Amino acid sequence: MQAFEYIAARTVPEAVALLDEKGEKARILAGGTDLIVQVREARRDVDWMIDIKAIPEVNVLAYDAEAGLTLGAAVPCYQIYAEADICDAYPGIIDATKIIGGTAIQGRAGVGGNLCNASPAADCIPPLIVLNATCVIAGPNGERDIPVEAFCTSPGQTALEKGEMLVALKIPAPQNNSSSFYLRFIPRNEMDIAVVGAGASVTLDDAKQTIVSARIALAAVAPTPLFAEEASALLAGRELSDEAIDAAAQAAQAIARPISDMRGTAEQRTHLVGVLTRRALNGAIQRVLDA
Amino acid sequence: MAIKSHVQTTINGETVEFLCESRQSLLEVLRDELHLTGAKEGCNNGNCGACSVILDGRLVNSCLVLGVETEGKSVETIEGLAAPDKLHPIQDAFLENAALQCGICTPGFIMSTKALLDSNPNPTEHEIRYWLAGNLCRCTGYDKIVRAVQDAAKASA
Ligand code: FES
Ligand code: FES
Repeated sequence: MQAFEYIAARTVPEAVALLDEKGEKARILAGGTDLIVQVREARRDVDWMIDIKAIPEVNVLAYDAEAGLTLGAAVPCYQIYAEADICDAYPGIIDATKIIGGTAIQGRAGVGGNLCNASPAADCIPPLIVLNATCVIAGPNGERDIPVEAFCTSPGQTALEKGEMLVALKIPAPQNNSSSFYLRFIPRNEMDIAVVGAGASVTLDDAKQTIVSARIALAAVAPTPLFAEEASALLAGRELSDEAIDAAAQAAQAIARPISDMRGTAEQRTHLVGVLTRRALNGAIQRVLDA
Repeated sequence: MAIKSHVQTTINGETVEFLCESRQSLLEVLRDELHLTGAKEGCNNGNCGACSVILDGRLVNSCLVLGVETEGKSVETIEGLAAPDKLHPIQDAFLENAALQCGICTPGFIMSTKALLDSNPNPTEHEIRYWLAGNLCRCTGYDKIVRAVQDAAKASA
């Protein structure tokens, strides 16, 4: 592996100043499960690794039924799914954190790192999109927030500017009669990368018969994870029915622009978008009905 | 000559100091600097689990941890498991069930099993298989390994 300097930052301003000073060859180290492999395999040229795990703000994991969830950028997966109230409130995120790598990966890897790695196939990103997550970003000019669907700009690239880092994700409190779901297709049972991933969130009316609103997001069918905005809008106000779900699934297929690679062909992926969108929506609806 | 950092950490209950370069993984530090060669390098990229150790109570792949990150932390490796004159019950269970052949995956499986039973002393078969999904074995077959874990759980009950 190339030589680099390791710096354990203690505060957000310290990390930001280092990022700003060192420029492109500085990289934030959180769980390291992507970054260390990328540097070892010479896929990223890094001269400075800035470890943020000693910074308090990036370790926050706080849920409040009114304020929602604050999820620090370095919180590892296992800490998230250990919290019963977070599992109840945001099951779609939990679905993803439980299938990223195996146990040892989940002991280090986190949702924030999964987002910053900006893989088109990242499992955490569709659930963040359907749960309306906001990225809290710190930089040399202070803090700014952006919606998570605007964060990834191309494979491995994000909206972070020079000197900026992700501090936390904020997810609004779940509404009544709402839930979320994420699933992916892989040819194995576990320890694999999504051929296609689909996340959905739904809010039903009090009678649990009509969809008040829904959000659908997709992974591994475009250069970045996608928010299926039109497909989502089609469901608002619709009564629960297979036809409504099918219409949304078809609209989701229409925005997928997958490639063919070693994991699957474009044709298979487009087919999977339909199947997985239906399953994600039905999964989220079933969770509301079961609650 | 790359700069080396001084790191102090606890390994298997003992305070240990070492010098390492930032780019050296915990796995390299354990094997090359401290001569604790129980943790193995299989893939060096997080897929095989042969390098599994327990860091501050959590199972991790030591090939995906930097040695410098372990400052002030506590590491458990396979070397710390058995008493001087007696195998650990998990080790006994692996032997009794013939849950190893070449053995290169075994230290990883055993540390992973230890982390599982520490957090969940009575796992179902399903839980065992998912927990161990990040540990690969190319010769024994997983059924024997799963039975060894089940026996180890019973033995510790
Ligand atoms: S050597 Fe670390 S996971 Fe394979
Ligand atoms: S015993 Fe040979 S790889 Fe598992």
